Parts: sequence; C-alpha cells; structure tokens
Amino acid sequence: MNHYLVYGLGGALIFSIGVYGMLARPHLLHKVVAANLMGSGVFLILIGLGNRVQGRPDPVPQAMVLTGIVVTVALTALGLAIVKRYYTVTGLTTLDDDPPETDA
Amino acid sequence: MSIAHHLPALLVVTPLAGAALTFVTERRRDPVVAVLTGLTILGLSIGLVIRVLAAGPFRYEIGSWGAPVGIDLVADGASALFVLLSAVVGLAVTVYATDYFRGSRASVCGHGMFWTLWLFMWTSLNALFLTGDIFNVYVCLELVGISAVALVTLNGGSQALRAGARYLFSSMLAAMTYLLGVAIVYSATGSLDMGILRSTLVSDPAAATGLSLMVAALLLKTALVPAHFWLPSAHGSAPSPVSAALSALVVKGSYFAILRLMISVAPPGFLPGVDIVLGVLGATAIIWGSLQALAQTRIKQLVAYSTVAQIGYLFIVFPLARAGTDVFLLALGGALFHAITHALAKSGFFLAAGSLASRFGYERIDEMAGAARSAPVLVMTLALAGVTMMGLPPSGGFAAKWMLVSAALAAGQWWWALVLVTGGLLAAAYMFRLLGVLLRDSPAALNPPSGAIRTEWVPLSLAAGAALLVLASPLVTELVNTSVLVLGQGVTP
Repeated sequence: MNHYLVYGLGGALIFSIGVYGMLARPHLLHKVVAANLMGSGVFLILIGLGNRVQGRPDPVPQAMVLTGIVVTVALTALGLAIVKRYYTVTGLTTLDDDPPETDA
Repeated sequence: MSIAHHLPALLVVTPLAGAALTFVTERRRDPVVAVLTGLTILGLSIGLVIRVLAAGPFRYEIGSWGAPVGIDLVADGASALFVLLSAVVGLAVTVYATDYFRGSRASVCGHGMFWTLWLFMWTSLNALFLTGDIFNVYVCLELVGISAVALVTLNGGSQALRAGARYLFSSMLAAMTYLLGVAIVYSATGSLDMGILRSTLVSDPAAATGLSLMVAALLLKTALVPAHFWLPSAHGSAPSPVSAALSALVVKGSYFAILRLMISVAPPGFLPGVDIVLGVLGATAIIWGSLQALAQTRIKQLVAYSTVAQIGYLFIVFPLARAGTDVFLLALGGALFHAITHALAKSGFFLAAGSLASRFGYERIDEMAGAARSAPVLVMTLALAGVTMMGLPPSGGFAAKWMLVSAALAAGQWWWALVLVTGGLLAAAYMFRLLGVLLRDSPAALNPPSGAIRTEWVPLSLAAGAALLVLASPLVTELVNTSVLVLGQGVTP
C-alpha cells in the first residue's frame, strides 16, 4: 500500500463521515463540524496527490488546500455567527420544528 | 496590447474596489458609491460584448502567467452575455435598493452592510462568469455563497436566520462535494484549466466520476428539483432587492458553471446518461415547481416556486446536445435566452412584489384585492413579467420557448416539447390566479409610495425589457455563435 492510497482512502472515509453528519445530525453545531470534516477529507486527498508525479512534489494541490482552508474558515465563521444569532433569537438549535409563519 | 484586452480583469476589479470603498466612506455615501460602480460595470460589460463580437473569444492571462501555471480568464459570447445581464439587473437592483434601505429599514442593524455585501457578490459573480479554471469556479462559487447567505440574513429575524442557515448548509455540502470532484479530476488529468481539460480528457472512469460529482454539487447550488428545498425560504424571506438578485443572477451563476462543465469541458458522450438525467430533472422541476407555485398563499413564496419551475427550462438543453450541431445551437440559444429573460422578468417581478408587499404591510395574496386601482404601475409590472413567464409573444419567454420547442421537435424528442408547453399553461394558471385577485374591484388600504419613481419604474423597466426581449434575439444568437461553449477550443490568448 503506497502513501497515496493511504491518504486517498483515509480522506474518503473522513469525507463520508462528514456527509453523514451533514445529512443525519439535526443539531446545527454538528452540521458546522461535519462540513469541516468533509473539507478535511478532501484536503487529505489533495495533499496525497502531491506525490502524484515521481521526483519533486507537485505544488498545485497544496495551493488548492491552502485556498480551501481559507474558504472553509470563512464559511465556518459565517456559519457559527448565524447559528449563535439563531439560538439567541429563537432558543432553538435545530431547523426542524417550524414555528407558525408570520408576516415579517 | 489595448485596454480592451484588460476588460475581463477590470470587470472583477471594479466591483471589488467599490465594495472596499464602502468600508471607508461614510454610511450615507454608500448608495452613491454603489450606483457609480454599477454604471461603470455596465459600461465595461458593453465594451466586453463589443470586443467579443468584433474579435471573437479571447483569454486573459492574469499576471501574464498563463495556464497551466497561472489562472486564465476566458471571455466568450456566453460569458459576455451573462456579464452584461448581471450588469443590467445589478444596476436596477442597486437603484431600487437606494430607496428600499431608507427610512425605517435603515435602522435595522444589518441593513447597513447591504452595499458592501452586494458589491462583493457582484464581484464574485463576474469572476464566476469569466473564469476558465475549475478550481477558481469553486472559489468564486463560495464567495457568491458567503455573500448571498449573509444578504439573506440581513434583517436578523428568525425566519431569515432559519432560511440563511438552511441555505448555508446546503451551500457547504455542495462546496465540499464540488471540491472532491476537482481533486478527482486533477488526480486523473493533472490539470485545472478548462481549455487544457477539454483537449486532454479521454474516456476515463475517474475523470468522469469527478466531473459528475462537480455537476451534482452544482445542481444543489442551482436548486434543480429535488435539490430545491433551500430556495423558497431563502428567496422568500430575504429583503426584496436581495431576492431579486438571488433569483435572477445567483442561480444563473451555478447554472453557467454547469454549462461550462457539461459543454465546454466534457467532450460529447463523455458523461453518458448524465445529460438525460439533467433533462428529466429539468422537466420534473417545470411541472412540480409550477404546481407548488399554484398552491402558495404568500406573494414572495409564489415567485420563489416559480423560480424553481423556470430553472427547469434551462436543463432541457442537455439531452438535446447530442442531436447534431444545428439542433444543439438552437437549444443552447433557447436556454441562454431563457436565462436572460427569466433574470429580467423575475427581478422585475420580485422588486414589484416587494414594493406591493411593503405598501400593503403584508404578503398574503388573498388580502391584496384591489391593488390594481391603487398601484397600477406595480400590477402592470407583475402582469408584464407574468406574460413573459407564460411565454406569450412578443416576450423573450416566447422566443426562448420557441427555440427550445423547435429544437426538441427537430431532434425527434417531442416529449420535451410537451413538457415545455404544459409548463407555459401552468405558469398562466398561477399568474392569472395572482392577477385575478389584484385586479378585483375593491377598495384597498395601501400605504402611500415612498419613492415612486425608483420603487415602481425600475421593476417596470426590467419587466418591459423582458417582454420586448425578442428584439434582442439577433444579438443573442450572434453571441451564442461566438461562444467557446460551442467552439470547444481555439481560444487564442
């Protein structure tokens, strides 16, 4: 088993756990963490791609990971801000139970 | 190298500069900055259209690096068309918003951020339409998503926060899936540039899996049935200018990325079956979205479900792509024409519906009887936009449906034509239901208009533009024909 396969399979596993969390967990904080897990899974796969070619490592996937981390941090910050505000306003931590519609 | 060559970069830099400027200027000057930025973008977009028509598609190498090391922008007929479209709709939304965010609404704490977020969103949309790199598409989509979610939650109410959270989580799911697709495509091909991918992609299960994942992620962003669950609440509970921009432009952004992947990047027959699936989902969206729109009791929800239905039309082009170049060009023209028409009509509709709702003080359709007498311009706008969505001549909706129906019949796939016609009838049903109430002869207690010119005539001009868009069909056809979407390759730097 070479390095690439370890990273690839590990990344795919972590990604799948993230997908499960996003879809199956109702708690909003779980969803934020799950989205980050999905991201980490993809980043692992990308890092593994670094030694795709023989010889020196390929820098392009690393550049993608760095950019991806920045995007994920921004998304996470926005997500946490919205979840916190949502909790303050409604006292709820899930999106499931809809309150009666009112005219805003 | 002339200044015209730098237009793609200028189209991204200008709104970005405007957005940055709104951070340092006084709050009350923000609308002025935004309108000036919008006017500049409109000028630049017209320049881009002229340049593409005169000299054909071209690549812009950012920092003169060039692919595969650098990231290239690609300006072709399709991207010029969408950039111009977002300039027109964007300017209208900006002018409308200068009135919308005044008075009592100005005191809502989040509303002050509208201008910055809106210009950031415009920046990322332009970048999305112009990029020629699949990873850059991911970055642009996320920038659009972040600003769009923040815009949805501007008023900070529980409805808006709930809608924003749902929008954000589906957006995150889509983003990570898209990125996984990019990783797989890169591992199979070693390239991210659309042009290089087009010439190097060979039949390869890994690359096909990666591309399919990317397309699936984009479907979630475009809200194609059954991935539309986040759209009605997000579009329905956002401030009206935001709803208009989301419905008209943001869903078109991810649709444009799908066009790029399915038609510019994937060689014909590379993703067998995916084109049929897209067509079937599109047809389902047309019928299901229209039926849902019929059942809505609140005006902005009705418009949002109508968007779900209208998105479906855009996907009928994919199963027709294999039926020969002439049929395909006709279908592509129809789809792009539909995208433009829908953007103009729907933004006009959302803005007018917003004005109507704020003059009534509520959004329930049944209690809006008699609106036609007190707010004739707004009801006229809704009627004109409605005519376009039904696809009656001489509206752009008619031209678009005509092209799609002709292409379907020419390809011998009459069932798509049947769905298109049924969709038109259902649109007529939900539009007449709304107009029937508005035109009812009863006294209505409306609040006086705030800034009549801006809140009434801006939506009216958008809707009228959509209704008369048939006049622009030669320009659209010309741009479709000068499109890399069709040429595949041969874009000279």
